[in-house]
Amino acid sequence: MTSPTIERIQNNPKFAALIQTKRVFSWTLSIIMLAIYCGFILIVGFKKELFATPLGPDTVITWGIPVGVGIILSAFVLTGIYVRRANTEFDQLTREVVEEAQQ
Amino acid sequence: MKRLSILLLNLFASLPVWAADTISGPVKQRDLNIHAIVMFFIFVAATLFITYWAAKRTRSAKDFYAAGGGITGFQNGLAIAGDYMSAASFLGISALVYGSGYDGLIYSIGFLVGWPLITFLVAERLRNLGKYTFADVASYRLQQGPVRSFAAVGTLVTVALYLIAQMVGAGKLIQLLFGMEYTSAVVLVGILMVLYVMFGGMLATTWVQIIKAALLLSGATFMAFMVLKLSGFSLETMFATAISVHPKGTAIMSPGGLVSNPIDAISLGIGLMFGTAGLPHILMRFFTVSDAKEARKSVFFATGFIGYFYILTFIIGFGAIMLVLNQPQYTDAKGLIGGANMAAIHLASAVGGDWFLGFISAVAFATILAVVSGLTLSGASAVSHDLYASVWRRGRTTEASEIRVSKIATIFLGIVAILLGIAFEKQNIAYMVGLAFSIAASANFPVLFLSMFWKGLTTRGAVLGGLIGLISAVALIVLGPTVWVDVLHNTEAIFAYKNPALFSMTLAFVCTWFFSVIDNSESADKERAAFLPQFIRSMTGVGAEGASSKH
Repeated sequence: MTSPTIERIQNNPKFAALIQTKRVFSWTLSIIMLAIYCGFILIVGFKKELFATPLGPDTVITWGIPVGVGIILSAFVLTGIYVRRANTEFDQLTREVVEEAQQ
Repeated sequence: MKRLSILLLNLFASLPVWAADTISGPVKQRDLNIHAIVMFFIFVAATLFITYWAAKRTRSAKDFYAAGGGITGFQNGLAIAGDYMSAASFLGISALVYGSGYDGLIYSIGFLVGWPLITFLVAERLRNLGKYTFADVASYRLQQGPVRSFAAVGTLVTVALYLIAQMVGAGKLIQLLFGMEYTSAVVLVGILMVLYVMFGGMLATTWVQIIKAALLLSGATFMAFMVLKLSGFSLETMFATAISVHPKGTAIMSPGGLVSNPIDAISLGIGLMFGTAGLPHILMRFFTVSDAKEARKSVFFATGFIGYFYILTFIIGFGAIMLVLNQPQYTDAKGLIGGANMAAIHLASAVGGDWFLGFISAVAFATILAVVSGLTLSGASAVSHDLYASVWRRGRTTEASEIRVSKIATIFLGIVAILLGIAFEKQNIAYMVGLAFSIAASANFPVLFLSMFWKGLTTRGAVLGGLIGLISAVALIVLGPTVWVDVLHNTEAIFAYKNPALFSMTLAFVCTWFFSVIDNSESADKERAAFLPQFIRSMTGVGAEGASSKH
């Protein structure tokens, strides 16, 4: 990579906007995931009776089961949301920035 | 019933947190299992054929280390999931569910939540900066010699610990499932993994992993489907039946004693999450795809497969409570025949008969083979690509001689793995996988992460901080309950927690920061200035390694 290309990418306001959006997006999703997991562990550690409560009067399934399975699904869904946006919108912007720099 | 319940309670109270990922403790050799052996030989024949196919396509260094960069996101997702779904996590987590119910799910979740973070933060940067090993990324703008030497040490230590745990697990599992002798089982695993890696490189290693992941997922899906079918497709019936036969009763539906100490639990979670992002054999997989887009897709598919697999193991565990617990053909006075890890295996026989039992046993063996091959390849790459080509020859070598060194290293690692596997047969190795994850989280991950995210990182900071992380992780595990009390038989642990990652990783980050900030050398200034071009490449892929071939 030649350094004029780097300089042009660096000076392109579109690049600055792109990395700012990307940074906010990926850290937001990371914090959501961490908050879900830490919340779960803290409940398991300090208030586990919450998860021992059955969903209703005529079932043995406790709240813990849908919450646990829900966390597994949330990991998959959050990853999907990120990959979808990064592979379309972000990649498109990146391509534009690189093409402009190489002209 | 009461006696069984006390026994199970004792068993799981004494179970170290890491036991779900290693097969430890004495096991009894069973009679020769013909069905399993037939199934296994079909698998070996198929994988050796793939190795032959891959060998013809493996010419350049890029082919050998990174399968030519031509693996698709979907294929790589299966391979990453395969690296993660070890035999011990299949048997161990279903056994944990069988013994304590809900606690097994807590454990699975800890294993899974690291993957989204890897996707959001590191996957594409890794792909854009790396070539063959994670040291390529860590040393991108730092001094090659010291940083690559450190990364190679981190890789080899992690790989060695993980390999020992897998080899001992393989020996015991094969004794248990196939009725083969321990030593010959370990030697067989060693020889097969050397063949895959030496002749087929990353291409064969990846395909062995993909096939195994597909077999394991289909087998587990069939078992979970049969369990649901036998409960009339009603989760309510499945859980209610399990509660009625399990000695712990309704307690299996809620968190039990596994997470009694939240600090230990968070520390375990951190070790799992960031350890995953520091395991060299997993990081290597990011270099086998063509670009950042495929790298992101691979982690997405991997997260899906791993999450699905953990939901299956949860159902399988409850199925085992329903169909295996209290059944005279699977249990005796001491609990499950063959030991605590046999829940899923007995369930296979209960829902699918002898041939399916043989299939699941063969898949469990195949799983170990696939994981040890990946480990061996990453260890061999650290020796040839980092130590030999970059540190010792300073890049002045040919691809051919680099590959030759890699193949020699593979044979050497194979011999070492066999010898260590035999030496550790009777040892308590439950702490080893935990130690591998802790070192990955405390030594490899901080250096790798800061090299990509923090401009101020210097060579001195990376090497000193990383080494401090490595040493503190080892020291805290040795002084903690798993080694100090369980292995060395002292009465009280000096360090109270089983999982050191929370402390050792934090220490590594702080020390790396500190030694970087006080580094006023001229080279440190150059390294800081080189961050910007590195950052632009990591975000745009300009100048990144492309794919050389499609498969």
